[in-house]
Amino acid sequence: MTISLPTRPIGGDISAEEQQFNDLIAQDSRIEPRDWMPEAYRKTLIRQIAQHAHSEIIGMQPESNWILRAPSLKRKAILIAKVQDEAGHGLYLYSAAQTLGVGRDEMTEQLIAGTARYSSIFNYATPTWADMGSIGWLVDGAAICNQVPLCRASYGPYGRAMVRICKEESFHQRQGFEILLELMNGTPEQRQMAQESVNRWYWPALMMFGPPDDDSPNSARSMAWKIKRFSNDELRRRFVGMLVPQAEVLGLTLPDPDLTWNEEKQAYDMGQPDWDEFHEVLAGRGQMNAQRMQRRRDAHDEGAWVREAAAAYAARQSATTERVVA
Amino acid sequence: MSTTTGTPPAAGDTTAATLTSDEHGNIELGKLTLAAEVIGQGTVAPPAVAEYALWLGDDALVLAQNLGWWISRAPELEEDIAIGNIALDLIGHARSFLSYAGSASGRTEDEMAYFRGEEEYRSAQLFEQANGDFAHTIARNFIAGCFQHALYERLQGSHDETLAAIAAKSIKEVDYHVDHATQWVLRLAGGTAKSRRRLIVGFADVWPYVDELFRDEPLNDELAGVAVRQSTLRPAFDTRVAAVFAEAELEVPVGFTATGGGRVGKHHETLGPLLAEMQVLARQFPGAAW
Amino acid sequence: MSTPGVTSNEVWPLWEVFVRGSRGMSHVHVGSLHAPDATMAVRNARDLYTRRNEGVSIWVTPADAITTSDPDAKGAFFESPAGKNYRHAIYYTRSEGVKHL
Repeated sequence: MTISLPTRPIGGDISAEEQQFNDLIAQDSRIEPRDWMPEAYRKTLIRQIAQHAHSEIIGMQPESNWILRAPSLKRKAILIAKVQDEAGHGLYLYSAAQTLGVGRDEMTEQLIAGTARYSSIFNYATPTWADMGSIGWLVDGAAICNQVPLCRASYGPYGRAMVRICKEESFHQRQGFEILLELMNGTPEQRQMAQESVNRWYWPALMMFGPPDDDSPNSARSMAWKIKRFSNDELRRRFVGMLVPQAEVLGLTLPDPDLTWNEEKQAYDMGQPDWDEFHEVLAGRGQMNAQRMQRRRDAHDEGAWVREAAAAYAARQSATTERVVA
Repeated sequence: MSTTTGTPPAAGDTTAATLTSDEHGNIELGKLTLAAEVIGQGTVAPPAVAEYALWLGDDALVLAQNLGWWISRAPELEEDIAIGNIALDLIGHARSFLSYAGSASGRTEDEMAYFRGEEEYRSAQLFEQANGDFAHTIARNFIAGCFQHALYERLQGSHDETLAAIAAKSIKEVDYHVDHATQWVLRLAGGTAKSRRRLIVGFADVWPYVDELFRDEPLNDELAGVAVRQSTLRPAFDTRVAAVFAEAELEVPVGFTATGGGRVGKHHETLGPLLAEMQVLARQFPGAAW
Repeated sequence: MSTPGVTSNEVWPLWEVFVRGSRGMSHVHVGSLHAPDATMAVRNARDLYTRRNEGVSIWVTPADAITTSDPDAKGAFFESPAGKNYRHAIYYTRSEGVKHL
């Protein structure tokens, strides 16, 4: 894909600071919070980082659904640690977005008002334990493919948050794989549970890379700005290439009858996800959209008195300290 | 899936090289020394010691199970993480105690956790108290933490090496749990009128279950020098509570004393549903590995 | 000029977190978080940024207590060292080959 920088011609009316911004991008350097940046760059970043942060926070729910029912104490501990990481990752990302001038409270308000987006994958339900395996293996696997290139995103705080997130996520996919492996080595019912779950999660996981390249309006500019490094289809194909041998190890079938190795292209040919379903879920008409939002709203609303209490206590303490000093 | 003559690429090979070398963000596993998850594996507990280990293991597990509910529902994201850490610590303690308890009868930690019925549980009823609102949770956690801290401090000197080792590891973590609860007791008590009211109600609701924690049982006579006599922990507990309550300007609630009986399998009505939820999947597949 | 991201209308203010990875190292900025006060900020930082044994010491500071250099004066502010090569050891070539210098 050819990348063209969104600049006006040199010698035109481009400002010195815009020129400097373009130069930094061209040199593969990083943009830092106090640098001048085009308003559209700032907006794109806020949208993307906030969406990513919201996804981590909403993404806690499908898994927290199984914390209380995890079938062994070790699995319970792993699941808590994982959901906890997701809260942490949400925090890192909110912090990165905050450097662009939008507060976490404001982003949270947007989330619970339903005006901000989050990854639609988390609107799918988790009716079985095997879904903990599928989420780790497929959903986190896809997320990692998307996220690793973001460690080199041109906006410094975002890239740094992503480095931390990618390091911590290395265990997420492995533990999911292990859950499925244990199930596949177990009773026929356990194996069936694993396959049934993978059948449900495979296509939604592939949708996580976003719409096909020819239907992705914001992609080209994000790539030119080096917020995004690879196209949706490119990452999706790469991901499937990694899944195939892993599925063989697990003894699971990937539910795509069109999946075949293409010798000429040295890549897999594959079927298409149901993009109508994708748009439906994205539009808020997925299995769990309403419940996910309700849970977040409830936690926020019911936590308000606690947050206010701590703030009131802090204000009183600092007033007391000032009196003592004076 | 059909393949032609060529061999499909192995996971993450050449194509992936155009990304970055650490495509999956793997940390270098070689650098980490993994610490033992469960203390005392391999030692077999005498039956009476096993029974005592159940008390402590069940206390920790039941509290952890209660706290697990909060994760994704806490008042602020930072609190989701803090409560998660406390739950993880408690699961760690429970695994050590239950695995030691199970050693007497050749059972695993999971058989102990998932395949004992309500009447076989030995948790004190304080740990079984429902989360309620955040103030209730903090009040319960504060009492639980103060009790466990006093207990583990003394249990470190137990003649039973495994119990002593579990206590020595756990006390550092419980120290933090007490601190977390204390900070919130101060903030809720000294925050707004609403938070103060809720905290006072929270303490009033759980206080009837304090007494049971400090009652001696016949097992204490049998395990002199091994188990800690609960009644001897009360002064340390009262001192700590008094200090925090003084700073928070709270008064020790007066009211009834619950009959208790957790150590002999008589439980608060919250335990049944808690165990039903915790055990449902494991019991659906008895003997399965996860 | 305060640190980027401070907004005055939040219920809990923003704190910047610095962690000393191990003894002998400097505290390094690792990120930020929200907390009602300094006491809770240290605890939240412990839970958030040292879950995997990443540190032995934590600093927190209110984000709005940080003063940063003026980004618009970037050139003028940081270009002065250029040309002052005599601050670097490699500037002194006459002593090459002499041991322990």
